[in-house]
Amino acid sequence: MMPEISLNILDVAENSVRADAKLIEITVAICTKEDTLTVLIKDDGCGMSVQQLEQVQDPFFTTRTTRKVGLGVPFLKQAAEMTGGGFEITSEAGKGTKVESVFRLSHIDRMPLGDMSETIYTLVVFNEHTHFRYTYSYDERVFTLDTREMREIVGEDVSFSQREVSLFIKDYLVENKKEVDDENGGKI
Amino acid sequence: MKSLDELKAIREKVQGTIGMRYEGPEQTRVVIGMATCGIAAGARPILAAVAQMVQEEHLANVNVSQTGCIGLCQYEPILEVMEPGKDKVTYVNMTPEKALEVMRMHVKGGQIVRKYTVGTTQK
Repeated sequence: MMPEISLNILDVAENSVRADAKLIEITVAICTKEDTLTVLIKDDGCGMSVQQLEQVQDPFFTTRTTRKVGLGVPFLKQAAEMTGGGFEITSEAGKGTKVESVFRLSHIDRMPLGDMSETIYTLVVFNEHTHFRYTYSYDERVFTLDTREMREIVGEDVSFSQREVSLFIKDYLVENKKEVDDENGGKI
Repeated sequence: MKSLDELKAIREKVQGTIGMRYEGPEQTRVVIGMATCGIAAGARPILAAVAQMVQEEHLANVNVSQTGCIGLCQYEPILEVMEPGKDKVTYVNMTPEKALEVMRMHVKGGQIVRKYTVGTTQK
């Protein structure tokens, strides 16, 4: 098991990167009224066949050849389901994949969201050729980071791993999340 | 809210310095395993710490990247150092502190940190 939801998100989003997605959309939505924390990871990558889609939820399936187990998707599924939440994965070959998990916010077994900012930072800076759109919402408050907008500003010739740019991305994620959290009940 | 406007100013500032980063045969590659096994064992903060050091110390000849499962899941987090013309060195059971030690001693100083390598750990 992963100790934080944000690590599950990183792991499953890495699958999208490997599926050659051009755009990966990650949404974390906290809704206190409905007592839910919803995580959505959607990509326009190579997708999966009906057969693969069934297999991917089975821990003893992987596309990898170095070992016999693939735990990324099953971990996320288990983490959501043990809070009484739900899990759904839909995919179409050639079109992309969507993974949605709902956690019951107040459930004792819901693991902490963890360091979402570091997860997004890692994805954005180490996969520069993939675009990301990240939306974090907590009840009414929302903030978004879209690497297409960032790319437009910095241009094609400046790397996200360039020190100043990298620091900006880190601060943008941390400060805006904190602001959204502080408006509400604080960190989830 | 922090806005993207700041990024415009950063763009102006760094424009002159770009082109410093190059990928060539003289580069040392530092690779961190970021599959499920690596992530679960704590690879994410290691990658962040190593990348931060490379940026802060302007180590232009070091390239940090991530990879999938290396096949030694029980030894994750794993960090590999590939220097041009030398054998790959695999460091296992890493923490951010140990990884930074490897960066200082090996990547910058040229001394392999034997106590953390896979050969030492397996014995």
